[in-house]
Amino acid sequence: MAQLFRRRSNSIARTSLVAIVAFFGASAWVLHAVYWSPWTTRQDNPLPQPVPFSHKHHVRGLGLDCRLCHTTVETSAFAGMPSTETCMTCHSQVWKDAPLLAPVRDSFAANAPLRWNRVHDTPDFVFFNHGIHVAKGIGCASCHGEIDQMPLTRQSHSLYMKWCLDCHRQPERFIRPRDQVFSSDYEPTNQASLGKQLVADYHVRTAQITDCSMCHR
Amino acid sequence: MIDDPRSPRTAGSRPPAGDPRSAIWRSLSELSDPKHFRELTRDEFLPGASELNRFNRRNFLKLMGASLALAGLPACTRQPLEKIVPYVRQPEELVPGRPLYFATAMTLGGFATGLIAESHEGHPTKLEGNPGHPASLGATNVFHQAALLDLYDPDRSKAVLKDGRPDTWENFVAALNGIVRPTGKGRGLRLLTETVTSPTLYSQVQKLRERFPGLTWHRFEPIGRDNVREGAKLAFGEIVETRFHFDKTSVVVSLDSDFLYSHPDSVRYARDFSARRRARPAQTEMNRLYIVESAPTITGANADHRLPVRHADIEPFARALAIGIGAISDPALRLPPPVFEKWITTLKDDLLSCRGRSIIIAGDNQPPVVHAIAHHLNHFLGNVGNTVEFIAPAEPEPVDQLASLRQLADALQNGDVETLVILGGNPAFTAPAEMRFADSLKHAKFTAHLSPDVNETSARCDWHVPQNHFLESWSDARAFDGTVSVIQPLILPLYQGRSAHELLDALFAAPGRTDYDIVRDHWNSQNPGADFESRWRQALHDGFIADTASPPKKVGLRSSGIPASHGDPAGLEITFRPDPTLLDGRFANNGWLQELPKPIVQLVWDNAAYVSPALARQKDLANGDVIELSLDQRHIRVPVWITPGQPDDSVALHFGYGRQHVGQVGRNTGTDVYPFRTSATFWTAHGVALKKTGGNHHLVTRQAQQVIDSDERQILREGTFEQFQRRPDFVRRDSESPVETLFNPPGSPGDGYRWGMAIDLTACIGCAACTLACQAENNIPTVGKDQVAAGRIMHWIRVDAYFRGTPENPAVTHQPVPCMHCEQAPCEVVCPVAATMHDQEGLNVQVYNRCVGTRYCSNNCPYKVRRFNFFDYADYTTPGFKPMRNPNVTVRWRGVMEKCTYCIQRISAARITAEEQDRRIRDGELRTACQQVCPTEAIVFGDLNDPDSRVTRLKAHPLNYLMLGQLNTRPRTTYLAKLRNPNPGLT
Repeated sequence: MAQLFRRRSNSIARTSLVAIVAFFGASAWVLHAVYWSPWTTRQDNPLPQPVPFSHKHHVRGLGLDCRLCHTTVETSAFAGMPSTETCMTCHSQVWKDAPLLAPVRDSFAANAPLRWNRVHDTPDFVFFNHGIHVAKGIGCASCHGEIDQMPLTRQSHSLYMKWCLDCHRQPERFIRPRDQVFSSDYEPTNQASLGKQLVADYHVRTAQITDCSMCHR
Repeated sequence: MIDDPRSPRTAGSRPPAGDPRSAIWRSLSELSDPKHFRELTRDEFLPGASELNRFNRRNFLKLMGASLALAGLPACTRQPLEKIVPYVRQPEELVPGRPLYFATAMTLGGFATGLIAESHEGHPTKLEGNPGHPASLGATNVFHQAALLDLYDPDRSKAVLKDGRPDTWENFVAALNGIVRPTGKGRGLRLLTETVTSPTLYSQVQKLRERFPGLTWHRFEPIGRDNVREGAKLAFGEIVETRFHFDKTSVVVSLDSDFLYSHPDSVRYARDFSARRRARPAQTEMNRLYIVESAPTITGANADHRLPVRHADIEPFARALAIGIGAISDPALRLPPPVFEKWITTLKDDLLSCRGRSIIIAGDNQPPVVHAIAHHLNHFLGNVGNTVEFIAPAEPEPVDQLASLRQLADALQNGDVETLVILGGNPAFTAPAEMRFADSLKHAKFTAHLSPDVNETSARCDWHVPQNHFLESWSDARAFDGTVSVIQPLILPLYQGRSAHELLDALFAAPGRTDYDIVRDHWNSQNPGADFESRWRQALHDGFIADTASPPKKVGLRSSGIPASHGDPAGLEITFRPDPTLLDGRFANNGWLQELPKPIVQLVWDNAAYVSPALARQKDLANGDVIELSLDQRHIRVPVWITPGQPDDSVALHFGYGRQHVGQVGRNTGTDVYPFRTSATFWTAHGVALKKTGGNHHLVTRQAQQVIDSDERQILREGTFEQFQRRPDFVRRDSESPVETLFNPPGSPGDGYRWGMAIDLTACIGCAACTLACQAENNIPTVGKDQVAAGRIMHWIRVDAYFRGTPENPAVTHQPVPCMHCEQAPCEVVCPVAATMHDQEGLNVQVYNRCVGTRYCSNNCPYKVRRFNFFDYADYTTPGFKPMRNPNVTVRWRGVMEKCTYCIQRISAARITAEEQDRRIRDGELRTACQQVCPTEAIVFGDLNDPDSRVTRLKAHPLNYLMLGQLNTRPRTTYLAKLRNPNPGLT
């Protein structure tokens, strides 16, 4: 009786074994790569906006405070988006005929709101609150990155839960004095000792802030 | 499926094992077939609940395996882009992300209850009671909670209709004036309204009468209070309203009055009543409630002594009581049945020993003479001026509404009506059958109907004008005590609606005023002066105008006494009652109210004729059997429900169901019994023939669902006030020492919060306002009748009813059951994905985004408080519902488990506010939705780490007990045992 399998079969079988492992490995790697890629997280990916608003110009260049426009960042879950009226406070005087600002003027004239694309978007089952983060000494830049360097606003971090937990597990690595929350130039020299001190001073409940119920309800 | 419709037939004829008097039971089928019932109680969900219709799990997997694999892929897509739409000009007081609160008011039957509406970026999302308002005191009933859903109802009327085709408001105004103006003085002009207490609307009607002297104003409510008015006339010769002060009362005798649930002032009455009932240590007195009633009600369930009698027997009872006490004399007394004798002697002693501290209250459905007798009794017992006071009615120019509608119907048939304007209501559906009101409408030349939905009346009128919801329009109304309440809108009209004020204003020369102008102008003309603006603003802020309650009025009893009785009506009796959740039918399209289990019977999505177990035996009836009732050539077919506590020889019919012109929610629900209700039989009829038809209607009750399988003491503890006085901790057992363990018990006191809840069963009346408040607060979906039948109802806090005693007249105890938030939660250890776990404050939290829907947790929950989204119950697609939802609570999707969270969104908001101010949450600052709405403050929530918090003190109360404590789950929700205060002379 002739051999059922040729000699070649051995190598096919061996190769297949490797190939199967490699295939699943590669698939896993691809899924992982896609999941963490900026394509999925929208990280570092400026979105088109009705007006190409530049934080770099307004914050770095003009030195405006975050709270001038994001008025409710200290009091509400939502940081607040400036009303058209806020824009027009200056832009009825400055650059009042700039073609780039036409949508703002139109919005004000027609009483029709601007529709911005949301850059930082957490899923609907996540309840983030700006007010408490500001009150506990988490700087804007800790989550929003070097927004003062961005000509077009983009998301600096993945906003995945793992990233949130990096801080919720070790707030002392990121906490800063309350008076430095809105600063773009804050450079701590002694974060290791200062962080621990601030966590204690600001009564950050370190055990509690990793509870599911902190963000999900 | 749930309550096996065949089994209750034998209830009562075959006594259950053991003494029925000592055991609690949930339904008649439990009494008749405890073994089958026990099987039902084993699982959280009913048998079959976990199976898709017609598919079992195995078939489902076989067929859908590939689809499931593919269905996983969409989860890999990116989040969709979302927009941020800031204001063009942001309102000054608005902080996006933080709600604003406005005072407003809602009317039911004309009477206002003050509310505080919560508004998120311009949309109202929740209604709470207004703590300053005398009719609310911070609480509401189920209807106020459900009114929010009506605002966002996609089936609301959206446009003016002319003969059913869309038209415009301007055309309507032109047409109306075109027909009214040429008549000069308004010949043949008729106005039909519901009960009007609005001072502004009344002044408009008065001005309209000056302008058109020919105008006749008719009023009609199907849940009328004509008997109350007539009773007052009979006793005093004038119409006065009676206000009761239950907070000063030791003995209450209710003559068929459901004053804790269906009285116009019931929210307030429930608070006052419970104030004298709450058990405190070293308390020496507790009030006592006797009720004689013709169908089981919430008030009856809370009575210390309940006597079910026919509607017709209440008058002889009242008469015999009044004669026995000496309040009236009547030689021609119809002898009451002997069962009354013991009651009357006992009541006499009790009432005479509490002179000035008792209340006799008669039900709105009782004839005027019963009200008159009650007035005589209150006078004789010295209650007037103490617990009873008389005030002018909140309604101006009160009329006999039945007569008023009859005049209109006659005029219509005689062709005397040229123009008929109907403001609100639905008389074509609700008018007494013999008036043939619906058909008569065509005799008028011009008919117009203002209504929130296109109902039976709109369909028969020439013009239909959509009526604004009260959250969309300005108005005012008086509360039961006369306090003027301002109805303030929270949102611009969603559709092209108008208010009653605007419609009447359209008849004047210069129409076009908005309802804001009309209401404001009225009050400006009443209180001119420089400080009007500040007083107006104060009234808007408060929700009512201070010191406008009607002052007590002095009235004297007429000397003519009480008319003699008419003799004993024979034959089978029927009584008509408004449906406990739909009222006269106005809430037929409200899914929350449709799915709210009715008191006592816990039926959903249907009405039924209540028959007593004895009558059911006699006529061989089982639950759902359709009977035919006949009287005077009128016939009606209606399914029956065998109701514990229903008097024999009396059948209770509930009107409000069976609407024909209704939105998709109310379509094909229940049976319309209005065609059987005439002026002569407005509340009751006798000599009715009952015939079994052989048909059966599928009725669904929640009564036998989520049943806890355990011995009685583990679930419900009850006792008497006397026992409590003798030994305050009588409900505890010596064996109830904590389970000894080597481990540190979970949830030990720390420096954080330790949330807990205590529910006082003595205070709880079972009104289910908590269920609806929770539904509104937590975005809980409705599931529909079939899904409820499958055991998939979603309410996070259910109100269980337990019966004790014989089916003929059981004592009923209500027990609200939310999640217990066990410190050693059985659900947590079985979750394979850790989707339910504990947080630092002791909450048992459910993480929806982790949940994969194994349902192991609900399988392991001994309290059966977990609810599973078997389907996409939450409506994601209807755009109208989106602004209604609480933005701080996740809208759950198919395949996830959910349950009570102790209103974690409120905890979170309060915690953040407190942390920002670097302080702790104060006791009382944070209330759960069920706690806030509770009329009797039966639910108390708070921090157990705060030694002075109300909840900590209640946990130390001697009546405090744990449900299923022997399981060592260490529940954070505990109960205070139910106390009753029976009279030893009657037991």
